[in-house]
Amino acid sequence: MTTTTDTQVRGGIGESVKRPDGIPKVTGNFAYASDLTAEGMLWGATLRSPFAHARLVRIDTAASLAIPGVHAVLTQDDVPGRKTFGQIVADQPVLVDGEARFWGEPVAVVAADDPETARIAVATIEVEWEELDPLVDMETALEQDEVFRYAPVRRGDQQASGSVVVEEYYEVGTQDQAPLGTEAGLAIPDGEGGIDLWVTSQWTHEDHDQIWRSLDLAPDQIRQHPTGIGGAFGAREDMSLHLHLCLLALRTGRPVKMVYNREESFPGHVHRHPARLWYRHEAESDGKLVRVEAKMILDGGAYTDTTPAVVANAVYFAVGPYNVDSVTVDGYGVRTNNPPTGAMRGFGVVQACYAAESQMDRLAAELGMDPLELRKRNAMTTGDAMPTTGQIIETSLPTVEVIDEVAAIPLPPPLDSDDPLHLPGGTGLTTTPQYVTRGIGYAVSIKNIAFSEAFDDFAEARVVLTPSGVEVHTAAVEVGQGMVTVLQQIARTALGIEQVAVVPADTSVIGSAGSTSASRQTQMTGGAVLEASRALRAVALERGGGDELNSEGVWRDGALAMSLEELCADGPLSEHTRFRHPPTVEPDENGQGDLHADFAVAAHRAVVDVDTELGLVRVVQVDTAQDVGMVLNPQSARGQIEGGILQGVGLAVMEELIVDQGIIRNASFTDYLLPTFLDAPDVEMVLLEEPSPWGPFGAKGIGEPPTISSTPAVAAAIRNATGLALNRVPIRPQDITGT
Amino acid sequence: MEVRFRLNGEERSVDVGPAQSLLSLLRDGMDLPGSKNACEQGECGSCTVVMDRQAVCSCLVLAADVDGADVTTVEGLSNGEQLHPVQQALIDGGGVQCGFCTPGFVVAAAHLFEGNPAPATDEIREALSGNICRCTGYGGILRSLEELAGR
Repeated sequence: MTTTTDTQVRGGIGESVKRPDGIPKVTGNFAYASDLTAEGMLWGATLRSPFAHARLVRIDTAASLAIPGVHAVLTQDDVPGRKTFGQIVADQPVLVDGEARFWGEPVAVVAADDPETARIAVATIEVEWEELDPLVDMETALEQDEVFRYAPVRRGDQQASGSVVVEEYYEVGTQDQAPLGTEAGLAIPDGEGGIDLWVTSQWTHEDHDQIWRSLDLAPDQIRQHPTGIGGAFGAREDMSLHLHLCLLALRTGRPVKMVYNREESFPGHVHRHPARLWYRHEAESDGKLVRVEAKMILDGGAYTDTTPAVVANAVYFAVGPYNVDSVTVDGYGVRTNNPPTGAMRGFGVVQACYAAESQMDRLAAELGMDPLELRKRNAMTTGDAMPTTGQIIETSLPTVEVIDEVAAIPLPPPLDSDDPLHLPGGTGLTTTPQYVTRGIGYAVSIKNIAFSEAFDDFAEARVVLTPSGVEVHTAAVEVGQGMVTVLQQIARTALGIEQVAVVPADTSVIGSAGSTSASRQTQMTGGAVLEASRALRAVALERGGGDELNSEGVWRDGALAMSLEELCADGPLSEHTRFRHPPTVEPDENGQGDLHADFAVAAHRAVVDVDTELGLVRVVQVDTAQDVGMVLNPQSARGQIEGGILQGVGLAVMEELIVDQGIIRNASFTDYLLPTFLDAPDVEMVLLEEPSPWGPFGAKGIGEPPTISSTPAVAAAIRNATGLALNRVPIRPQDITGT
Repeated sequence: MEVRFRLNGEERSVDVGPAQSLLSLLRDGMDLPGSKNACEQGECGSCTVVMDRQAVCSCLVLAADVDGADVTTVEGLSNGEQLHPVQQALIDGGGVQCGFCTPGFVVAAAHLFEGNPAPATDEIREALSGNICRCTGYGGILRSLEELAGR
């Protein structure tokens, strides 16, 4: 999409431009939702269900309300409008509606003068419960037809068979996004019955559309503002404390702030779906895939959240980037009383890719073939059909190239140190090098970018030229990934003007930019900014009667024809766009159709050292080659990819919610293990630049692929070191030792 | 109760609650929100401050215990517009994404470099292993600090 009109300018695309929020973040001055305050502010707190499933027999708030300093104690009875919320299906009560359906579900909320009083008020609410049997097994849920979504794929000859067959069962545990910033927000009454809300969110307009309905207000009475977010990774795609803050602020007429602590953050947001997957691959003896069959169940928790879309992704990417003519997939998202699940980086593809790539290694072993050769022999490229949906790939799809490139990255030297920092178990001094075995494993993935299945996916942006430079107005949420930098770069390159500020816009002043998820903002809001910037440039050139625009103004034949000030003599020049990606369709009854807007592939290679006696793993290095379309900011791209890989490593070897009868037993950073500096592998990467047909300057979203095939690559490496089947992630010490 | 202590180079006197943490005192009582609350269990390092030449998790320090102490928070590291070298290094080296862990990393890394101006790569990793970052995979932070260490 690069055109001759795009200008060379400092800080444009392709440079490692520094983040505009860098200085406030390193000095501690960046305002996150949890840092916000307001005059006369009250503090909110939440009473939560102590059971995964229970009937609320009686709730009495009188004693709590009587505590000095307590200003409101609200229950479901106090919700004035729609009693439920949810972005796909509004099936979650704002507060428990007589039956608690997951551990930690909000039952009542209070507002008090200070956090301590609020906590005491919560503890003083009298509640009588009748405990009910929780439904915690996803297969039982499927037997009972508790299904949020069934997504099938039937493609090709359903009777096709190959001479070599591998069939296995896999499990994926529940991963938490564990963003460092917990759920937090501040709601301020506007004095006219409405609310201004600052809250941790990935998609302000979607939240807003749910909030006004439950508050029984007009849409324009609620303004949701972007705010500083301490990471998201999908956890903030669904609402958390948004409505509770608004209810308390409306009731008290005062600003109300609420910040979840870590223990309540765990049940306070959706997680990655735990999954069970059955796979059968059939191939000819030359390795050509003939047929793939899969059945997968994803545990959707008690309410719908984004489960239907996650299941769809797992199903449509069940095979990976391989050509197969005969495919059968049945995917189910089921309702249980386990912790809530929804969006997390990779969005269903993580679970499917772990199982499918494990299958490819098994098939290679069965065939006596090199696992990379098997993958390359079946690799899809542009013009091929998706094995599941039949969609013809129109975008770049360098599958063979990512495999070759990652394999060409030099391997790390053999373990040659008895420094405990370099050994599994670390400074625990649990082993010596002679008991350590090295393993190497590969995995490959394909992921959709942006929203699929006929979703009306768009992003709005307004680009404004003022005498002092350019402003980019957008509701797109920066969650840390670096979007604000990339939007600046796009506008600079398109306009030739260096002074660009990204101005976060609330829901009342611009339309939706869509969610910061699905690896979509660089392509979607980036696309909107590019379109609006080019339109603005054309207007400026016409007004100035020139042929070039830069930071000084419009130029004609090498001379300044009109300064920015003169251009804006009647006020700033402004262009607004609503950018859409190529349309997608609903799947037919066999899951067929052009369901997806764009695709990207990635390959990972993991090198691990395993202490086979204690089952401890050190992930030494994870390398990748990723299909990125075009690199807009090399430093930022590298940061996204390294961070994504470490989350994939976490799922492979340590990150799991321990859930017992629906209750999270490790809802703390002491017990939910996150990779530290000493757990982080070295990462070498190759970024393949083959342009997307519609991403700005050919760029593709890059956020999710690093988290997808990194997990199966690590699992493959541990298998390579141990010879074990390892059909479950995370791989725990006991899975390796068998004890 | 009243405590007197040195905070970012200034003598301060402040009332604290009997069960209040230093983190709560800084954030809610002294208008210094730079130290972040992410776990309140001393596991993530987001609230790291230097107290009497030790890097500590301020969520685990009783506010009453700072009486007579010398405390430096992230707000005390830069001098007006002049950033601390660790702060500049993290910006330049891509060590910042969402930034929620950043103040803790800044304080812990500044403390490391004060005692060891040219730490080896493993010394950096080990010294900062009490600080969790969920965004960067630590690569950008490591390269930033290796650069600062002249490596």
